[in-house]
Amino acid sequence: MDFIIDLGESLVRTTLDVLPIVAIIIGFQVLVIRKPIAHPKHILIGFLYVLIGIALFLKGLEMALFPLGELMAQQLTAPSFIQSANEGHTLSPGDYYWVYIFAASIGFATTLAEPSLFAVAIKAEEISGGAIHAKGLRLAVSIGVAFGLALGAYRIVTGTELYLYIITGYIVVMIQTIFAPKMIIGLAYDSGGVTTSTITVPLVTALGLGLASNVPGRNPVLDGFGLIAFASLFPIIAVLGYAQLSKWISQFNRHK
Amino acid sequence: MLPILVVVIVFQVFVIQQPLPDILNLLVGTGMVILGLTFFIDGLEQGLFPIGETMAHAFARKGSIYWLLTFAFCLGFGTTVAEPALIAVAGEAAEIAAKGGVIGDTQDARSSYALGLRLTVAFSVGLAIVVGVLRIVRGWPIHYLIITGYSGVVMMTALAPAEIIGIAYDSGGVTTSTITVPLVTALGVGLASSIKGRNPMVDGFGLIAFASLTPMIFVMAYGMFV
Repeated sequence: MDFIIDLGESLVRTTLDVLPIVAIIIGFQVLVIRKPIAHPKHILIGFLYVLIGIALFLKGLEMALFPLGELMAQQLTAPSFIQSANEGHTLSPGDYYWVYIFAASIGFATTLAEPSLFAVAIKAEEISGGAIHAKGLRLAVSIGVAFGLALGAYRIVTGTELYLYIITGYIVVMIQTIFAPKMIIGLAYDSGGVTTSTITVPLVTALGLGLASNVPGRNPVLDGFGLIAFASLFPIIAVLGYAQLSKWISQFNRHK
Repeated sequence: MLPILVVVIVFQVFVIQQPLPDILNLLVGTGMVILGLTFFIDGLEQGLFPIGETMAHAFARKGSIYWLLTFAFCLGFGTTVAEPALIAVAGEAAEIAAKGGVIGDTQDARSSYALGLRLTVAFSVGLAIVVGVLRIVRGWPIHYLIITGYSGVVMMTALAPAEIIGIAYDSGGVTTSTITVPLVTALGVGLASSIKGRNPMVDGFGLIAFASLTPMIFVMAYGMFV
């Protein structure tokens, strides 16, 4: 019984989040466009499906993943765990390797299941007439997030300034933009923004705060942030790189 | 979902070396996530994508750029201001500002700081969608705008107080929710395919990129002036 009430609550919360969007759409449809919507029944059912889908998704995550994931983020960053894995000498940033591996694998896995990324990937495959594979795009973005989070965790451990990494990342993106095929640029930039929503943010926040409060000399309030920025920057680099690579491969094949 | 399970189980059992708690919850939750995703994707194709695209076509046919931009702003502002992830981040930011002595350490000061921050971010997302839509209509190349945006971020980083930078960078990533993304993507692609001379692949994407860029600049500005 509790379970059904919980699910209902989750549904109500999602509905409330969607309400402003629905109001805007209906307002403009009625007042500005002044034309009836085609297939209103389909659209309504579609919206309902989206609501039910998100509610189920979030509730499922809350049950299966969040408690365990947050607990693991804490356990992996706990001083006792790090010390027992590296006995007998003072800690160096390299000793946190399990944290980096965890950050990378959880980033990879959660991005692969990210609903927003599904949406963009499906659209991209449809528009490009299959030249871009939804799966390939999601894979490239996930690899980007994995790398970004591992590097972001390393930054918290070493305590380097956040902006140095981000500005370097920007420079890399700009250089890649010059050479990348024009078709992919908009999509690549977009893929940075879609990676971090429902699943990744809570887990990543737990990891960042756990790290920043356990590594000596870090301030959780100041150093705990910034992981999400990494997770939004590196997918851009990964997607641009993926496009560049496939361009080179096809050129190479043509030359042969 | 399978990769997530593999990661969680492998780390729990082999690295942390503790048994899995609550196998039942884990299984039921996983089932719900899969079911939820299936519903979501189906609803996407039936509801969100078509409505975004038909509205884009309708605006393009109407030919009124003024209404199109108003719609773009409302969509950006309206979907962001109530975004749960943003509310959480704004609360944390207020906490930091109070600890750093930027604002008084009272409940009132904190909640008005958080609200101001949310409105700032929502405004900046609205503006981003407006600029992005204008770009599609006019056919400006996206990378000039992005490079300008990046330069803005870099410049603001040099000027803004150090405490706000981490939050500002993170706020770029949290603004775009699961429902906004498909709607905005469909709007962009729909516009680019109904305006002559635009290619949906080259011109249709990029709205979300703007929406994750402008909040960074505006949040740092907020940190400077408040």
